[in-house]
Amino acid sequence: METMTLGGALNAGLRRALEADDRVVLLGEDIGRLGGVFRVTDGLQRQFGANRVVDTPLAESGIVGTAIGLALRGFRPVCEIQFDGFVYPAFDQIVSQLAKLRARSGGRLTLPIVIRIPGGGGIGAVEHHSESNEAYFAHTAGLRVVSCSNPNDAFWMIQQAIASDDPVIFFEPKRRYWDKGQVEPQPDLPLHGSRMIGEGDDALLVAHGPSVALALAAAAAAHEDGYSVGVLDLRSLSPLDLPTLLDEAKRSGRVVVVHEASTFGGIGAEIAATITEHCFTDLKSPVLRVGGYNMPYPPAGVENQFLPDIDRVLVAIDRSLSFQVA
Amino acid sequence: MSNRDVASLERIAPELEPQSIPTPERDVIRFVQSDGSLTELGQSRGVDVGFAQSLYREMVLARRLDVEALALQRQGELNLWLQCAGQEAAQVGSIRALDAADMVFPSYREHAAALSRGVTPSELLSQWRGASHTGWDGAARRFHLYSVVLGTQTLHATGFAAGSRLADTDDIVLTYFGDGAASQGDVNEALNWAAAMKLPVVFFCQNNQWAISTPSSSQMGAPLHQRAAGFGMPAWHVDGNDVLAVHAVTEAAALHVRSGRGPAFIEAQTYRMAGHSSSDDPGRYRGTDEVTLWSGRDPISRMTALLGELGAAEQFFDELRAESDDFARDIRSACLSIERPRFEELFGNVYAEPHPVMERERAEFHAFASMLNAEV
Repeated sequence: METMTLGGALNAGLRRALEADDRVVLLGEDIGRLGGVFRVTDGLQRQFGANRVVDTPLAESGIVGTAIGLALRGFRPVCEIQFDGFVYPAFDQIVSQLAKLRARSGGRLTLPIVIRIPGGGGIGAVEHHSESNEAYFAHTAGLRVVSCSNPNDAFWMIQQAIASDDPVIFFEPKRRYWDKGQVEPQPDLPLHGSRMIGEGDDALLVAHGPSVALALAAAAAAHEDGYSVGVLDLRSLSPLDLPTLLDEAKRSGRVVVVHEASTFGGIGAEIAATITEHCFTDLKSPVLRVGGYNMPYPPAGVENQFLPDIDRVLVAIDRSLSFQVA
Repeated sequence: MSNRDVASLERIAPELEPQSIPTPERDVIRFVQSDGSLTELGQSRGVDVGFAQSLYREMVLARRLDVEALALQRQGELNLWLQCAGQEAAQVGSIRALDAADMVFPSYREHAAALSRGVTPSELLSQWRGASHTGWDGAARRFHLYSVVLGTQTLHATGFAAGSRLADTDDIVLTYFGDGAASQGDVNEALNWAAAMKLPVVFFCQNNQWAISTPSSSQMGAPLHQRAAGFGMPAWHVDGNDVLAVHAVTEAAALHVRSGRGPAFIEAQTYRMAGHSSSDDPGRYRGTDEVTLWSGRDPISRMTALLGELGAAEQFFDELRAESDDFARDIRSACLSIERPRFEELFGNVYAEPHPVMERERAEFHAFASMLNAEV
């Protein structure tokens, strides 16, 4: 057991993957000599060479498109997109090429590619550096989408994602890169398993990535008021770990989803619909969502009013707890 | 810029003349004229008649496939067909210059190239009959599936070439794209990437003069082969309807690329004799004069004339005619026997590893279909 930052755990996980399999190749802007703008790949080019940790031209479509070619040639590329808002130039290569090639080839082609995206806000960044665009990718068949929230998961999930034979969009909570935590000697969950934290006898908070810490803080505050509120860390957004989600939703019948992305058409909407479809008679309150407002990400000076905070989460918990079927 | 602006620039900063301006289009490399006679260059290279006959045979069979497939589309047996008539020399000449191990990333009109790589009519027509998104095994044929989103395949080619270099093998990659696709960001990213990393890619542009209804004259501000220099790679400008010249030029480009000197670019001037697709109506945007002009430059008839001049036996043409007729019958029966996939199978093609949504929806679909069947 070792204490690491989340960014450090990703670095250690990438190093293990590069050591374990010669076919693993890292591609990205400034990931080599600099070690990435968040230093997640720090030291890897020195250790594994410029052929396996590749500083690419500044071209996101090129990063994903060439990764596809490398995968077709038998490699297992791991792409870094520098910031969430820079992924859109690669959108076609991800949703029309990467996601569909296996189906288009009648199941012949295998595309073991990981696309790492530092996502979410809260670091006072300029525009295009704070977005939560996971729903676009979760909506696309052929992709898997995961989101880590702590160093232990970061360390194990990045290795599991690289070992997957399917394309994985890997969201990293950039404002949690410097959070420290224990990394266990073995993974305790598969890549697409979600993690229940605490007992949720009165209500359940569902969160992922950067919102998990917020949900845990809200659950602790609710506990002080005498409520048992559990937190389900989704970890996997596509596919969802449905058995765990539905079991935990049924336990209290009161669910609040928290994420930084705008709520319309978001992951929270999918979760609310799924729970409603499967647990309608177990619900004691409508599934509620706390998320970003449905506007472009605001200037950093007011981002705290855009992002879910503990008060908004607690108000939603109160609404759920006090909801009575007429 | 107005005249006044130009005048003031010259007055204020006469020493700041641009250091580089677009250069005029270069003449195409040509061995065989439209009438089948050899150019001076063609004469000096000489013609290997046996080899020329084998290229000719592939062009004739590809043309026959094109004709039959269009007929099948008109009869309702294909949903759509994209004719490659007119572009046989560009495709056959180039693909025959590669080694068998070299990988090819096509766009979607490369039927002549596909046949040359052993793709069968059944495999080729499957996509256009709505039975699949691709009919062939791209890895086995060394011919990747068609790319319908224009230019995307040039990046896949570039990545594949990076893989070849990482694996330290000497195979190279050729990717086809058109004059329209050359405007796409992906193509320009691929050209830059391959040049920056000195990757073994031949970028083969078939300039067929038209991107659906947009002529190449309004597609770009400088000739495509001139663009290559800006990216840092050599380029050849070739008569794309001259199969011998295309073959020679591609061989030279492949040699350059295989020697580790980075990518190369070929612009082949050719012509899309038909509409963009079987749904297109080219009469709405181009005149018959132009089509007539290019008919006179047909890649097959000039080789018919050349081979006749060089003494190819009448028997060769007779046998090829018979082979072509047999091929047409095979194409028709292959098309009619293409089977649609069972819908349920598609759930298994999306992911390599088990996926709960696919499993759940496959079961739901199965139950639903069984219920409907039970009711009938």
